Amino acid sequence: MVEFSIKGLDIWFDSVRALSNVTIEIVAREILSVIGPSNSGKTTFLRMLNRLNELSPNFRMSGRVEFKGQDINDIDAQVLRKKVGMVFALPLPLPLSVFDNVRYGLKIHGIKNKKQQEEIVVQVLKQAYLWEEVKDRLDESAFKLSGGQQQRLCIARSLAVEPDVILFDEPCSGLDPISTAKVEEAMLELKSDYTIILVTNNVKQAARVGDKTAFFLSGELIEMDKTDKIFTVPSDKRTDDYIRGKFG
Amino acid sequence: MKNPYRTQNIAFFFLFLATLLIVIPVGLIIIIIIQKGLPAINWQFLSDMPRQGMRAGGIFPAIIGTIYLVSGAIIFALPIGLLAAIYLSEYSKDNLLNRLIKLAIVNLAGVPSVVYGLFGLAIFVVFFKFGASILAGSLTLGIMILPIIITTSREALESVPYSFREVSWSLGVSRWQTIRNIVLPNAIPGILTGTILAVGRAAGETAPILFTVAAFYLPQLPKSILEQVMALPYHLYVISTQVPNVDEKIRYGTALVLLTLVLFMNLVAIIIRYNFRKKKKW
Repeated sequence: MVEFSIKGLDIWFDSVRALSNVTIEIVAREILSVIGPSNSGKTTFLRMLNRLNELSPNFRMSGRVEFKGQDINDIDAQVLRKKVGMVFALPLPLPLSVFDNVRYGLKIHGIKNKKQQEEIVVQVLKQAYLWEEVKDRLDESAFKLSGGQQQRLCIARSLAVEPDVILFDEPCSGLDPISTAKVEEAMLELKSDYTIILVTNNVKQAARVGDKTAFFLSGELIEMDKTDKIFTVPSDKRTDDYIRGKFG
Repeated sequence: MKNPYRTQNIAFFFLFLATLLIVIPVGLIIIIIIQKGLPAINWQFLSDMPRQGMRAGGIFPAIIGTIYLVSGAIIFALPIGLLAAIYLSEYSKDNLLNRLIKLAIVNLAGVPSVVYGLFGLAIFVVFFKFGASILAGSLTLGIMILPIIITTSREALESVPYSFREVSWSLGVSRWQTIRNIVLPNAIPGILTGTILAVGRAAGETAPILFTVAAFYLPQLPKSILEQVMALPYHLYVISTQVPNVDEKIRYGTALVLLTLVLFMNLVAIIIRYNFRKKKKW
């Protein structure tokens, strides 16, 4: 099943072209790794999928982005963002307790029953591989957790509002290797229920977790293919150069 | 500049001196007022009507009047000011018109208070026919403190990190729900600071109430908001310059009460703010 279908997408911020003519299909329940040097437009691409780009006043786009066959600009932004969750580059807990961070989205989206809330919080914390570490610290401030724990808390917070897709924007850029491994483990586990799009600067990470890998360069999608193929026999020389660390 | 440490020490000395120069006059004012005013303070002074042409008795009606006026001003200005601040910080686009509005509000805070008094006289007393009344005085003071409340509240709202809003939106939470659940709770300490400043200003100003509410002398307390009241700053002015032979002790006693009232209100706000800060999580 196709989750996102993007045709001829161009994005500008003022007169700076961030993406040009991107056409891509994203299949449900797979992990798509997005790689490319900085300024290649991969984060802009990611933020397009939950319409966060449009919060910048000078954003312009053309082309078509479809989510489950519907143009995303015809979907209410709040409905879309509930369905398409996001985990940011830096761990960004809200200034609330561990428990309330996860409960926040539930409360807003109408689950008022205390018992039901608790069940969901426990369930998503387990899904994010965090439960064992925080089960005795639920009332502490989320800022007291370590960076890796905070990032997994952010994953749990996204899961709580029952999305279909989770966007990861360089989720491990500030984490140590052990925390990174835990986040990756969580992603691989989540793949069976969610579509995951992972923007990463870490080429090895893309190879480790991605079913497919897309390579962006200067706002253009150079190629997208099965991860094995991209990392062994890419069809474009620039992809090969980037993966081998010849530039970027 | 051969010895940077000595330069640093000299700089520190002058910075310290400047701080001292600020602290000394403030301390002196407080000490003098307490020293000269404290002997006048007793229960009768606080709870009695003025007598013998305000040369004896108490200042009760002036205390009550000031409390009414300050409360009225805050009740009027805080909600309006806060809503305006929310609009300016959270919803308004960054264009020329909105920048002009922000600039105008900042500048309004610097308008002399007597101008507000004249404005209040023209609008509330004459045009709306409230007469010289608590209502007219409160509204005039409210208008005067509105820019302070808007500016400080806006700064408080804008100091809440943008990333918190982005996280909240990314969970499918609307702008207003984000403001209510994330932005406002974290901006409250700053908003309270603005209110503290505003209360101090409203309680101490004489000019805005001079034309709109303050009574020279009233033998009874007001029965409705359409009546005049006495107020502490104006009363202080009256007994210091308009009535001959008032005991110095009564004048300083009145000043001490005004000072204490303002400090007490500030204290309450500071305690609330402290409790919020303690809970602050980042």
